Amino acid sequence: MRLSLAAREKVFAAALLTPSLLFVAVFAFYPILYSVYLSLHRIVLGLPSLGRPFIGLDNYRQLLGDGIALHSLLNTLVFVFTTTFFEILLGLVIALVIHQRFRGRGMVRAAILVPWAIPTVVSSQMWRFLFNDKYGLLNYALFRSDTGAYIAWLAHPATAFGAIVVADVWKTSSFAGLLILAGLQLIPDELYHAAKIDGASPWQRFRKITLPLIKPAVLIALLFRTMDAFRVFDLVFVMTQGGPADSTNVLQFYGYKKIFAEGMMGYGSTISVFVFIISLIISLFYIRVMGMRLFREG
Amino acid sequence: MIDMKKALVYMVVCVILFMSLIPFLWFVNTSLKSTVEITTIPPVLFPAGTLESYRSAIDEYNLLHFVRNSLIVASITTVVTILISIVTGYAIARLRFAYKGLFMGSLLVVSMFPQISIAGPVWRILQHLGWLNSYQGLIIPYITLTLPLGVWILASFFKELPPELEAAARVDGCSHAQTLFRIIVPLSAPGVFTAAILVFIYAWNEFFFALLIMTQQDYQTLPVGIALFQGQYTMPWGEIAAASTVSTVPLVLMVFIFQKRIISGLTAGAVKG
Repeated sequence: MRLSLAAREKVFAAALLTPSLLFVAVFAFYPILYSVYLSLHRIVLGLPSLGRPFIGLDNYRQLLGDGIALHSLLNTLVFVFTTTFFEILLGLVIALVIHQRFRGRGMVRAAILVPWAIPTVVSSQMWRFLFNDKYGLLNYALFRSDTGAYIAWLAHPATAFGAIVVADVWKTSSFAGLLILAGLQLIPDELYHAAKIDGASPWQRFRKITLPLIKPAVLIALLFRTMDAFRVFDLVFVMTQGGPADSTNVLQFYGYKKIFAEGMMGYGSTISVFVFIISLIISLFYIRVMGMRLFREG
Repeated sequence: MIDMKKALVYMVVCVILFMSLIPFLWFVNTSLKSTVEITTIPPVLFPAGTLESYRSAIDEYNLLHFVRNSLIVASITTVVTILISIVTGYAIARLRFAYKGLFMGSLLVVSMFPQISIAGPVWRILQHLGWLNSYQGLIIPYITLTLPLGVWILASFFKELPPELEAAARVDGCSHAQTLFRIIVPLSAPGVFTAAILVFIYAWNEFFFALLIMTQQDYQTLPVGIALFQGQYTMPWGEIAAASTVSTVPLVLMVFIFQKRIISGLTAGAVKG
């Protein structure tokens, strides 16, 4: 009787898992393997007469010598580091503040969710407009009516890159803040009371209680933000199209252009595989640091 | 001392509110301006107020068409994803099966890897099926990409329910499936709803796959429409702002009404482990 119960549970579990396994297998894992397969071939959409010859690792060799690809990789990494740094910092400030008790806290929490909820395409258009060279609010805030001094922010490499960083930090700091807030809420008040009685200053309480105890939440915010910043696309597509002079070209945008604008299905897939491997390394690194917290059962 | 701390908190709150809301409110403001007002320096703070940009976005840029496509894609994605997430989430929360850690790990990978790593093959598969420029062509990838989110939230919700409930149902002679659908799901309505909101927002906002798969305007969703708005000579900022407002207002309403649920959903499982 017990055995058959256990067996029935197994059948039931299998039945419950089948639909999601099917979706993930067919539309996520198979495509990754298929990308690897494509990356070993020369395939150009629109030139079917070439066939699809197997060329071994030629595409990978080409990738290593592709200046724009390496430049995009560098841009992506700089973007990931700067945005994640500011998002965690601002997120920490946001979390500490909205953790306090004050009138209208619910409304404030809702308000800071607004940037998170806005479609990235919309926030990108919005920032593109704010950075506009002729009638953007930023130019007016800096130079008032002196239109001669107005800067074409999105037309210069350094300022264009700064602009996409600002747009990303604006949109996603609140998400980091919410994750850190969840960590703050787990700290029992008694700890602070006890420390206060022992004469610890506010700064000491922050250093010795708050910071160590929110570390796991901060790590998770770091993981989510790093992985999300690594696949930045919408912002670049709408605000800069990778320009000027590839200064905002990022891996995901470059891969998109190779495959879908230029039809280089083979070489583009090499970029896909490359991007996948890097993101896998980053996530494995984080999972190691977090000691598999995310996978603990129960 | 306490008052100083209060004052500081209120000050920072004001800065945060200002930074969060002003940029978008400025865009909403822009959507209510005439073309002349949009390009005036110094900027017009209080426009006379015209719906001209909305009319033009609807008549000349097919705005309602994009809204309809987005509604169809996001709603169907949400319903299907939630149904599958319920059963998967329950299995993860309550049943024993081999390789559970691996299964959850792969879900996490799916939710985090860059879209480009599967874009080419997904496009080819859909092309073979003749599903480029079709609703199912976008809905199916969306289901795959939102499943981790739904499963994660629902599994962490199911784990919080007391296991005695199921034990009692079993004693009363309910089968596994009956227990799930008659006892667990009704009790988890808040969790189901939370997951549904987040999945809907994801599908409503997604741009990358929509751009690849929907190349004909007939099937394009709002983000694609808004990204590709192009005037003949100048940027149609009024129309872009109007369409942006239309696509964002439902989300802002959701955020203000369901603030608590959204926050709990976003942090579900992430912190408590």
